[in-house]
Amino acid sequence: MLRALLLTLSVVAIAHAELCKPDAQNAFKVRISIKTALGDNAYAWDANEEYLFKAMVAFAMRRYSSKSTTQISNVLLCNVTDRVSFWFVVTDSSKNVTTVPGSEVEAAIRMNRNRINNAFLLSDKTLQFLKITSTLSPPVEPSTPVWLIVFGVVLCLIVAGIVFLIISGIRKHKKKNKESTERENLEEKVEVTLENGIPCEALDIKAGHVNGVFAADDERFTSL
Amino acid sequence: MDEEVECSILQCSGHLPQYFALPRRQSKASGCQKGWAGTLRCAVESDTATGAFLIPYFIALLFEGIPLLHLELALGQYLRKGSIGAWNTISAYLGGIGVASWMVSVLISLYYNTVLTWVMWYFINSFQEPLPWSVCPLNENRTGFNEECYESTAVNYFWYRKTLNITPDIAESGRLQWWLILCLAACWAIVYLCTIRGIETTGKAIYVTAIFPYLVLTIFLIQGLTLPGATEGLIYLFTPNLSTLKNPRVWLDAATQIFFSLSLGFGGLIAFASYNPTKNDCEKDAVTVAIVNSMTSLYASIPVFSVLGFKATTAYWDCLDRNIINIINEFDLPEESIMRQNYTSWISFLNSSYPEKIAGLKLKSCDLQEFLDQSVSGTGLAFIVFTQAIILMPGSQAWAILFFIMLFSLGLSSMFGNIEGVFTPLLELQIVPKSAPKELLSGIICLISFLIALCFTLGSGSYWIDIFDRYASSVPLLVIAFFEVIGVVYIYKINRFSKDVEWMTGRKLNLYWQITWRFISPLLLLIVFTAFVTLQLQKPPSYTAWNPKYEGFPMKEEKVYPPWVQAICVLLVALPCMCLPLAALFHLVKQKRRSKDPSLVPSEVFSCQGANINFSHPKE
Repeated sequence: MLRALLLTLSVVAIAHAELCKPDAQNAFKVRISIKTALGDNAYAWDANEEYLFKAMVAFAMRRYSSKSTTQISNVLLCNVTDRVSFWFVVTDSSKNVTTVPGSEVEAAIRMNRNRINNAFLLSDKTLQFLKITSTLSPPVEPSTPVWLIVFGVVLCLIVAGIVFLIISGIRKHKKKNKESTERENLEEKVEVTLENGIPCEALDIKAGHVNGVFAADDERFTSL
Repeated sequence: MDEEVECSILQCSGHLPQYFALPRRQSKASGCQKGWAGTLRCAVESDTATGAFLIPYFIALLFEGIPLLHLELALGQYLRKGSIGAWNTISAYLGGIGVASWMVSVLISLYYNTVLTWVMWYFINSFQEPLPWSVCPLNENRTGFNEECYESTAVNYFWYRKTLNITPDIAESGRLQWWLILCLAACWAIVYLCTIRGIETTGKAIYVTAIFPYLVLTIFLIQGLTLPGATEGLIYLFTPNLSTLKNPRVWLDAATQIFFSLSLGFGGLIAFASYNPTKNDCEKDAVTVAIVNSMTSLYASIPVFSVLGFKATTAYWDCLDRNIINIINEFDLPEESIMRQNYTSWISFLNSSYPEKIAGLKLKSCDLQEFLDQSVSGTGLAFIVFTQAIILMPGSQAWAILFFIMLFSLGLSSMFGNIEGVFTPLLELQIVPKSAPKELLSGIICLISFLIALCFTLGSGSYWIDIFDRYASSVPLLVIAFFEVIGVVYIYKINRFSKDVEWMTGRKLNLYWQITWRFISPLLLLIVFTAFVTLQLQKPPSYTAWNPKYEGFPMKEEKVYPPWVQAICVLLVALPCMCLPLAALFHLVKQKRRSKDPSLVPSEVFSCQGANINFSHPKE
């Protein structure tokens, strides 16, 4: 009895060893960087964490295929290093000594990646499944790009400034015109004293007035 | 040129605003030619330690910059005219200098505002969280990052793809980028706003655009010095590597960069100085401006280099960390067994025990000096290197906003000088009727410039801006400056000019000015010009293109300019330079025609042209 038990156990162990080894078919390598993710709050990777990992993978498989046949014992871990990295494989309990196809495992992990990450307080980068690419979340994009809004604000300020300056320029111009026309009107109202048909002011201002009758030759007069 | 309003503003302020406009050219635009950042960029690009670059810079300043600055200021102040009128007064044959200056100002204002457009684009994008140049966008099926972005960096991708949408070749023009057109329109609107009534509004705007950058620089200085790796950057800045002085390119760059830094040869200085009172001490002003400019350069270089040192250190740490992760993953060692400190000992140990595995990992060699030496060409310093550094700082949005506002105001104050250099000669030549309001003229100038500058918003726009920068703003300025000095010293005669300056400042010109004006400056300019031409002719001009399909991507691909582009380069250089002989020829023809037609003579006799202007105290 005991011998039979020992025999089955060893067969199972050998079978497991064959199923789970580096680069085995349908096996995946996992790399975990706890210290990078958590720093001082890092926990140590021990057998309990491994148990949790097996549980999470089993959970993922159950959710994906919706059949509750995957047990924790179906998930095999091997080659755990100090890094922390290891290989795992999921066996199929319905068929003897076979592994679940890699594509199924991959799809299951992909679907539940978030849950698995959160269980270990890690992220896609610190809990790496080496052959499984993660779907990156798209960046949050607002409906109107932010830069257009800022641009609109800047442009409004500039246009307001230009309009203000132009209007003040026009107003100054109008005021100057009005003042000059007022001054002209004022001058016209004042009585202009005339002498010989020439206003006195003009005679005062100009240095003299060349009488065309007497000037026959330009050269006889010194230039003004 | 003097109008009541303008005089009072400038006199009350003690000429401060207009002289603040002078240490401009401080945008970190392309090429080795812009102000303080240009000094540093030059050094970084030519793989020189900046400590050595300061030597040719100061020599150029002493023998080229300050003498020419004094010359232009004295000229403008004495003749009280803009550049075209001033040179026509000196000698009618030299009127071409003013026209050439005008032409250079036009060419430069066209492309310079496009650089401001880029700054504005980055500014309005700095309000997002996270900053758009810090993350790569995802590819179509969301399994990874966009390929072009992944292979180069997110910062490069945002600059080359999202901002410029650059084409792989200058011959391919691509399409007009609508977002750049919007920003360009906004930039020209701002320029219009500030120059709407000429120097009246410009004078007010300069207060803000000149003082604000100093504030931001100080803030960056404090922040920069607290960053890790800042000391490495500063040591790099101040250690002279004298072997680099053997490269003639360094001297050339220093000489041409002085022009841009002090805005010599643009005609803007003469125009600004014509607003000064006649008895102003222009000699003191010239020296003050040059010193303020250089001090600003040095002051600005400290935060810039501390940030660069920080960036280099972070890149070095990243390189080390990546190597460490690779090794840990390969050998399945526990985390944090290899740290940056014991990296070298681990590497040597592993190399001796498992050399094939280490070789298989293809580890990059991480060298801090190499990261410090890394150069970026083109508009790299501001838009690639600095933006990368800003992402690494805490509170990056605020730093980005501050940084780009500072760049924008620096560039804007440069634009004022350019636009003034375009505006004033047009007013002088009375091409527009006096009754037309100034607002209309400046509006028309801004509108025309905007329409022409649209071609810089094409896919190949930044290649064209590099061309304009390299050719339109270097050689013509040398030629103009050379003829300016020759014209004043040998045609107007230096003794006459000395008397004029003495009348203005109240003391005799000392030996330094005499020697530099007579011999050293023209000689230096001639040497620089011939060196430039020789270096250009040695090999066909080439450029580096951003081509995602290139094998060496993300390195830029080296390409030669096609012949039609080379022709345009020559045209850009020739156009301003041709103005000089053409104007002289034009005047000669006019003289000959006048001498043949005697009825036209009397009008010349009573005019003041060609008469001894020492007797008139010109005031217009």
